[in-house]
Amino acid sequence: MGTVTQNLFKLFRNSSGGGQEKGSPEPGARSRRHSSGFKEFMRTVSGQEELCFLDLGATSASNISTLTERGSKIYTEDLLASASDPDLMTLGEDGTKVVDVDRFMKENLAFRGQILDAVLFWDVADYLPEPLVKPVIEKIFCAMKPGGVLLAFFHTKDAGPNSPYSRYHFAGDDALDLQPVRIQNGSGSPSFVKLQRVFNNRHIENLFRDFSSLKFFLARDNIREVLVIR
Amino acid sequence: MWKARKEDEQAKPSTPNPTFTPVPKEVRPVESPKSHDMRSDVAHIGKSVIIKGELSGSEDLFLDGEVEGTIELERNALMVGPNGRIRAHINAREVVIHGKVDGNIKCTDRVELRRTAVLVGDIATQRIVIEDGAFFKGAIDIQREAKPEEKKGSPAFAAAAPVGAGVPGSGFEKK
Repeated sequence: MGTVTQNLFKLFRNSSGGGQEKGSPEPGARSRRHSSGFKEFMRTVSGQEELCFLDLGATSASNISTLTERGSKIYTEDLLASASDPDLMTLGEDGTKVVDVDRFMKENLAFRGQILDAVLFWDVADYLPEPLVKPVIEKIFCAMKPGGVLLAFFHTKDAGPNSPYSRYHFAGDDALDLQPVRIQNGSGSPSFVKLQRVFNNRHIENLFRDFSSLKFFLARDNIREVLVIR
Repeated sequence: MWKARKEDEQAKPSTPNPTFTPVPKEVRPVESPKSHDMRSDVAHIGKSVIIKGELSGSEDLFLDGEVEGTIELERNALMVGPNGRIRAHINAREVVIHGKVDGNIKCTDRVELRRTAVLVGDIATQRIVIEDGAFFKGAIDIQREAKPEEKKGSPAFAAAAPVGAGVPGSGFEKK
């Protein structure tokens, strides 16, 4: 009897999909993409030792390994994970929960006087809460040295709203491995983060208007890659 | 046929039907350090212990409790267990983290962040291993190895794999 009951429960569990979100990417799975922007970024920083990098994506061991082997210093900060901290939420004027921008900026991106030579911004801006985007870029601008380089990705409208936030791993000089990551949300359970917005070219130029130059690369997979020079 | 046996009832009085027991969702699964990670002559600080102040010693240490202050194990290794909660600057030969650390780490040999590790602070070390899933916020400064003959004996908490290589999913696998 017990076996019959167990089989029934097994059947029920299987029919409900085992808890996996329908249509969601497999956690940990990697996909490789060619990146002209990344190739240009690496070309710009090549030949220079003891640079200071900032990686704002989800922590990647291979990126840390690659950069430290070059004799560089790396500062890593998973900005989206920090922004998803429920403790940072405060009640807005309309009673909805919003990020406490002042507190976020006080507790994050503290470089203690370190001047950044290169920044890997990835596609964090597409996923960050709206009020954080501009202050974050302004703070990075202040921490970068003149002539420093920043690599940012932006999804185009065609990328689809379900494009999950991913960890970017270096995979050679012109390719990146993308690995969808789940971040703990307000309810305490980890879930994939979806696109918050789509920036067009004019928005991007406005975001980086204090920087000296921008170079756009349009990739086949509906990602707009931007190489920004401070 | 339908009644549970008396021994079962005594063993699990609060869960009459285990099938319906909701499984708690764990965001960061607690990972027990493997037996080969630790030598037998390692000092242990259990998870109920809270220390405030300076912690120093000349033997390897497994720390599963809470420490607030500083940790000085200059020639020895420190393993922060899955229940470890450290708010301290750490100076050690080798540091392996399974739990949470808030503070800077200065290490003469290597630092390992296992997948359940949460580290907020800067690292200065010769080598580093970070498993996928570990959370790290801070700067990494890789110190150049001064003398190769410094490496005497096997690392206290080391797995069989060479330093910085072979940790599955860590990105340090040799290609």
